[in-house]
Amino acid sequence: MAVAPPAPRRSAFLVGGIGLTAALLVAGVFLPKWLTFLVTMAAARGLVSLGIVLLMRGGVVSFGQGLVFAIGAYAAALAFKRFAITDAVGLACIGAATATLLVAPFAPLLSRYRGIFFAMLTLALSMVAFGVLVKTESLGGSDGFNMGRVTVFGQSLGDAHVGYVLYAVTIVIAAVLALAARFYFDSTRGLVSLAVRENELRVEYLGGSVRRVMAINFLLAAFAGGAGGALTVMSLGHIDPNFSYWTTSGEFVFVAILAGWQSVLAVFVASTVLEVVRSFSSSYFPNTWQLSLGLFLLFVIRFLPRGIGSLWVERSPSRRGVASP
Amino acid sequence: MSATPLLHAAGIEKRFGALVAASAIDIAVAPGERVSLIGSNGAGKTTFVNMITGYLKPDAGSITLAGRDITSLHPRAIARLGVARSFQIPQLYPALTVLENMLVATACRGAQLSFWQPARRAEAVRDADALLARFALAEQRERRVAELPGGVRKLLDVAMALTGQPRLLLLDEPTSGVSAEEKFPMMDIIMTALGSEPMTVLFVEHDMDIVAGYADRVIAFASGRVIADATPAVALANDDVRRLVTGTLRTEVPC
Repeated sequence: MAVAPPAPRRSAFLVGGIGLTAALLVAGVFLPKWLTFLVTMAAARGLVSLGIVLLMRGGVVSFGQGLVFAIGAYAAALAFKRFAITDAVGLACIGAATATLLVAPFAPLLSRYRGIFFAMLTLALSMVAFGVLVKTESLGGSDGFNMGRVTVFGQSLGDAHVGYVLYAVTIVIAAVLALAARFYFDSTRGLVSLAVRENELRVEYLGGSVRRVMAINFLLAAFAGGAGGALTVMSLGHIDPNFSYWTTSGEFVFVAILAGWQSVLAVFVASTVLEVVRSFSSSYFPNTWQLSLGLFLLFVIRFLPRGIGSLWVERSPSRRGVASP
Repeated sequence: MSATPLLHAAGIEKRFGALVAASAIDIAVAPGERVSLIGSNGAGKTTFVNMITGYLKPDAGSITLAGRDITSLHPRAIARLGVARSFQIPQLYPALTVLENMLVATACRGAQLSFWQPARRAEAVRDADALLARFALAEQRERRVAELPGGVRKLLDVAMALTGQPRLLLLDEPTSGVSAEEKFPMMDIIMTALGSEPMTVLFVEHDMDIVAGYADRVIAFASGRVIADATPAVALANDDVRRLVTGTLRTEVPC
């Protein structure tokens, strides 16, 4: 006879997520400034990679996620500069919403493509955006433009606290979106995404819409990427077209492959690993840091083909899947 | 037969270049009937099933389901009207478990996929478990489909089709690829599982013992045409069926 269904995991994820977030917020008080900045960048950029992982669960990989990263960042920076909207949470929402809305017209088109065609189309869109941004003088052209210091709930941030507050805002927003992603992965739509990756024909014959699943995944990935872009520009204080450049998109894919598609937490761990490797390699091997990064990725692909997440994702069949792409 | 058939195919024509896959097909199936579609390879059985499910569109003619024209509908729309099918080669999700395959089927049959509702919610798991038990698959529940033998996959393929209680179930060669000893036990499991369901079943089959044992009615195809449509006893005794389908009547060739 069948064994009993596993206990609901949602509350465990919620408690774990809140606990980890609280721990990071406390730790941030004691961490050196360079490290809080590094973690801030890792969390913000990890959101973009989280979007790629979401797409990977449906069987596609975006090589142009720099597009939504740039849209979110430009939207937040422009809202700050042109409309005097200074609240960090509000700007993150503006970045996420703008990225989702601007790429929405492409979702029906992209939902028709798979494999390398999907990857190249997304890459093409991001490079078109890069070209437009470089040529648009009102957006600063190739130099971009600076963004001032944001506020949080109406409070201006002093020099002593700005780094930590932006760290805290980024950690909290990343945690909320990470938990939402976890719940989505475990939802009926999330399970059908895995089914689409396996056998589209059967999904259609069961009454599910493959293209709708793919289009919605693309929009959700854009939302996360836009939020990540907005949070990044708030901490950097500067935006330029390189946010949409293909090498930036490549870094997001790098993190997604490093993480694997089974664990949300792994995405942020992988993003932190990238930032650490990049930071230390730039210091010690300034001209060859990409070499270090490449060797590290080769190591992970060889020994952890399902990504870092496979180190702790339980091995029960219900959580098992095929090897990462 | 009741006044309104559940399925009515009228004047169906389908060609693939010079090949006639369906010609002047007129079939009406009443609710609750168990109909077997027989014919040699290339006779047009699977083409007919593919046209009912919307995978292929007929060149001419119409198909109605309970009086509603479904001729030009997409497979997804037809599925949502209560038409389900299994496949000659089971179409499953190999990396997922048996239970997850069932939960995918349940989720797709639902009114709307949810962003929030857990796929493994108690009600869905209970329904899936009940169906798995009817197909003798309860023990396989947490095994990945990739690890399962062919016969078990066949059963799972049919069980998935049954989620959501379809009105019309199409089984494409449910016993193909299964050893002779396993065919009857497998059909027994399937038919027992269907027993309490008030659904209409069309199954494509090559084994005439299975056809005689489980069908109320037999429709024989040859070269895209219906050559017999009767009870199993009558249809299987038909000379055209014996000559073109079962091969039990040889045409005399003068020396």
